[in-house]
Amino acid sequence: MPQLNKGAHHPVTLTLNGDEVTGHAEPRMLLSDFLTHEIGITSCHVGCEHGVCGACTVLVDGTVMRACLTLAVQADGTEVETAENLASDDGELSGLQQAFKKHHGLQCGYCTPGILMSLTAYLKENPKPTEEELRDMLSGHLCRCTGYVGMVKAVLDYCENQET
Amino acid sequence: MADAAEAKKYLGQPVERVEDEILLMGKAQYSDHLPTRAGTQHAAILRSPHAHAKIISVDTSRAEKMPGVTAVMTGDDVREMSEAFLIVLRQPINQWALAVEKVRYVGEPVALVVARDRYIAEDALSEIDVVYEPMKPAIDQEEAVSDDAPIVHETVGSNVVSTRNFSYGDPEAAFAEADKVVKLKIRYPRNSQTPLEGFVVTADYHPGEDLYDVASNYQGPFTSHPVMSMALRVKNSQLRMRTPQWSGGGFGVKVQIFPYVVLICIASKKVGKPVKWVEDKLEHLSAAAAAPNRLIKMEAAVKSDGTVTGFRFDQQDDYGAFLRAPMPGPLYRMHGILTGAYDITNLAVTNRVVMTNKCPSAMVRGFGGPQMYYAIERIMHKVAVELEMDPLDVIRKNLVPAGVFPYRAAAGALLDSGDYPAAIEKAVEDGALDELKKRRDERRAAGKKYGIGYAAIVEPAQSNMGYLSNILPRDERQRNPKGGAVANATVNVDPLGTVSVTADSIPQGQGHMTILSQIVADVLGLTPDHIKVNLDFDTAKDAWSIATGNYSSRFSSATAVACQKAAEKVRAKLSRIASQTLNVPPDQLEFVEGKIRDTSNIENAINFYRAAGSAHWTPGNLPDEMEPCVRETGSWSPPELESPNDKDQINTSLTYGFVFDFCGIEIDDDTGEVKIDRYVTLHDSGTLLNPLIADGQVHGAFAWAVGCALYEEFVYGDDGSFLTGTFADYLVPTSWEVPEPEIIHMESPSMVTPLGAKGIGEGNCMSTPVCLANAVADALDVDDLTLPLTPAKISALIHGEEKPPTNDTIAADTSTKGEGNVLQGSGETVVPGEPQDVWDTLLDPEALAAVIPGCHKLDQVGDNSYEADVSLGVGPVRGRFKANVALSDMIEPEKATLSGGLIGPLGASRGSGHVTLSAADGGTKVAYDYAIELSGTVASVGGRLLEGAAKALVNQFFQRLGAQVGGEPVTGDEPWWRGLLRSLGLVK
Repeated sequence: MPQLNKGAHHPVTLTLNGDEVTGHAEPRMLLSDFLTHEIGITSCHVGCEHGVCGACTVLVDGTVMRACLTLAVQADGTEVETAENLASDDGELSGLQQAFKKHHGLQCGYCTPGILMSLTAYLKENPKPTEEELRDMLSGHLCRCTGYVGMVKAVLDYCENQET
Repeated sequence: MADAAEAKKYLGQPVERVEDEILLMGKAQYSDHLPTRAGTQHAAILRSPHAHAKIISVDTSRAEKMPGVTAVMTGDDVREMSEAFLIVLRQPINQWALAVEKVRYVGEPVALVVARDRYIAEDALSEIDVVYEPMKPAIDQEEAVSDDAPIVHETVGSNVVSTRNFSYGDPEAAFAEADKVVKLKIRYPRNSQTPLEGFVVTADYHPGEDLYDVASNYQGPFTSHPVMSMALRVKNSQLRMRTPQWSGGGFGVKVQIFPYVVLICIASKKVGKPVKWVEDKLEHLSAAAAAPNRLIKMEAAVKSDGTVTGFRFDQQDDYGAFLRAPMPGPLYRMHGILTGAYDITNLAVTNRVVMTNKCPSAMVRGFGGPQMYYAIERIMHKVAVELEMDPLDVIRKNLVPAGVFPYRAAAGALLDSGDYPAAIEKAVEDGALDELKKRRDERRAAGKKYGIGYAAIVEPAQSNMGYLSNILPRDERQRNPKGGAVANATVNVDPLGTVSVTADSIPQGQGHMTILSQIVADVLGLTPDHIKVNLDFDTAKDAWSIATGNYSSRFSSATAVACQKAAEKVRAKLSRIASQTLNVPPDQLEFVEGKIRDTSNIENAINFYRAAGSAHWTPGNLPDEMEPCVRETGSWSPPELESPNDKDQINTSLTYGFVFDFCGIEIDDDTGEVKIDRYVTLHDSGTLLNPLIADGQVHGAFAWAVGCALYEEFVYGDDGSFLTGTFADYLVPTSWEVPEPEIIHMESPSMVTPLGAKGIGEGNCMSTPVCLANAVADALDVDDLTLPLTPAKISALIHGEEKPPTNDTIAADTSTKGEGNVLQGSGETVVPGEPQDVWDTLLDPEALAAVIPGCHKLDQVGDNSYEADVSLGVGPVRGRFKANVALSDMIEPEKATLSGGLIGPLGASRGSGHVTLSAADGGTKVAYDYAIELSGTVASVGGRLLEGAAKALVNQFFQRLGAQVGGEPVTGDEPWWRGLLRSLGLVK
């Protein structure tokens, strides 16, 4: 592991949604700050900055991570996936995103990208969760607007219509 | 416009939201994403660790010298560059953007650092030395009103800053003639819906114009705009407030950005560069906003048949340390509807406004309703219990009857429409109350604690801007009468016929863009996707008035109506243009599918875009005296919103919906957990503009209300330290705790708004907490219930107060006991060496410095007193502290008392302890005990970790002491928390 110096800006190169990007970060810079203010994406939302709310959730090498509890330099050399990657290149929403729209699964939208990223990883492992399993999994995220009703319906509806 | 109404295609339909695509793609730009110009500086705020203290001095010199720091500001700068904020009451309660002379709550801003980046700014906070002289705080609202209570604002001379008495009908007679007087005392807790996105303010001062250009996620009301401009000593037009399209939740809380707007504005002026500040969650939870906790002593005059003939309210609202505009709104916004859903004509009210050393109270969803209805619906339940009646029958017996609308409630609310008895019967039937009652019987027969609760409430919407006038005596308010509630929206059609809409609603996720597009599409015969709604807001360009903003459910009956009016003006103009082309009178035209056509000959038509385009391309051909272009603003203020009358009656809101809830809950006998089994909620919110969005509002209000009922409370220690500074302490319900409520709609169109729509987003904040409490009361047969109904409280009701553990068989060498924010502990250990060696080590500054974990420097500053510079922390919150320690009651080499304190940017502590040394096998037995009070950040975020941390620190101290006395090298590299993690098995 390389020695990183306090106060120095180190290059951090990662694959973000399939494209290689490079920015600079002090060793203490959070991945959430790096992605938002150094790279310039808009989906990594800082809600609580202590790992409870889940709004900043991204996938790092396929694993669900809180970007607010991860240092940017830890993500050097990794593949990071964010909510910007979910719709097709020509802007068509994914099936899961469409289900959120259909069932009013979001209001202010601040928690939504993080929830979508957790679901992306979770549904790979468990493509047809029961409502109880889904509610258990979603309890790792806080939403203050929706009461979770629409998003639970959206995911169950989406999974129902997925071919396995 | 009869034809427009008939052509309604989109309004009333569950149209999917136009907002969603960009949000789902993660592409929406919230306030933190807005571009800032090069050179923008970043601010961090030093906050008070004390609830009440004099500021003796603030030394910023070291912070100012740090590389990257641009400026450090204190209360002196703020007082020089700005005025204290205007408040509603005529009382000398002066609040500036930073504390001046005194701090009055934990979290109060004391100093501001402006630096190249946020990380540096936060570093510099540690280098500011503030000397405080702590004072006794006023925390409990009941104690704060006593004669010997510490005074929050000495200039006022009392913590009770307003008392008003009101009387309607003949309450004296009602109570004198009552068969029974039912009494209740409730304490409603402090809470807030805590939006996930914090406050964001970027300010750029333009010196040539003397203009402050501000971008923030402020949500209005713009009554606060003059408060800010006057504080900044500029004309209204010199404060340009811009709000982006996207905001991560508001719930009323984002009204309270305004002191920070002023702070960041003057910071920008001082440093000559734009300055940006983003609030973090600890700042938000400790210092942003809380709905006021309220003490209500309530009485109901009751006839033996269950008829309630009068209410008496004695309400005391705790507004914390300052009265920020529009406080004390929560006490007065509900005033006109203090009789709730009931036909009660006799009412006596006493309202008191109390100041304490807590975070200033604020607008939070429900805005005074949750507190008031908690009292009303609890007392209705209690009436039923005392008369041995069914609670629902007591509700039924007292409802405002059908067929009397518009109905003037005792205190002045003009109930616009509804049929409350029919609504209840509909809910009972459609919601299958009978089945729920059977279920209760079955569960109770199985030995379970099962209860059913009810709540019937009237949900007000669109506040009368005169509602606060009632806090002033009659003659005073008549000199400057206030009333009304103006809304604005603008519809523009460009040269190619594209329609765009701007409006003053400033949403935070409520789907206003969708509904406005539905409205305009219907009026102009277009499809919603043809209407581009842009709701970012700019006071320098958009139409606005004092009511502008998003609060008190002011959309459906306010901005939506203004938008309808603007669209109708556009339609009228285009009708005249088309009339000239089609050669038919304007009233014979219809707008359908992008065309304007003759109703008697639909082939005789002109494209919408062509008619609109002619106002741009060929203005010379327009009908006589018609102005070119197509841009119309609709402004609307309902005439029903008048100033208070001579009898102190006021129609506090424009529309009044009806909500009736019932629920079944079961209590876990072992854990005390309240499980919501079924929840039914009926809403009559007038005409529904979009049922999908309406249900979403109900779901959201319900979820927060479940939090209020069962989990959420801002907790303070007796010394005023704030104890719920994280989402692991302030518990927010998750998908696991919030069931889906069964929603039943009924639509009684409002007669005071052209669209017939009322508010729907706040009702459950008012009905659900008390409905759940009534169910718990039913399950446990108790009547004194204080929210939140946590497992600990419920267990105490079932099993009595928790007893101290008795089976402590583990031979622990230390024991710690956390009581709120006071840490107490005792223990003993054996260290190598004679008592005298240990004694000498403790008195040798150099040796002691090596022993104290995290100690950088220790100086002797007097006989047996020391000053140390130590790094300490709990969990993720670590910082540098200045410690003062004094030894007293010294008996060499046997015992001593240690006392002292710590102060640093993360908090303060005071404490004392005793150490006793005695010879023992293999060395010296050291017995100790300690009691430490903590405040500030460490107390706010570390509560759960403190006991373990204290134990680990103490252990580490004695290990190192042993090593020092024994002459072994002290291994000081390992931080104490690593030892804690190891002891928990989390690291090796």
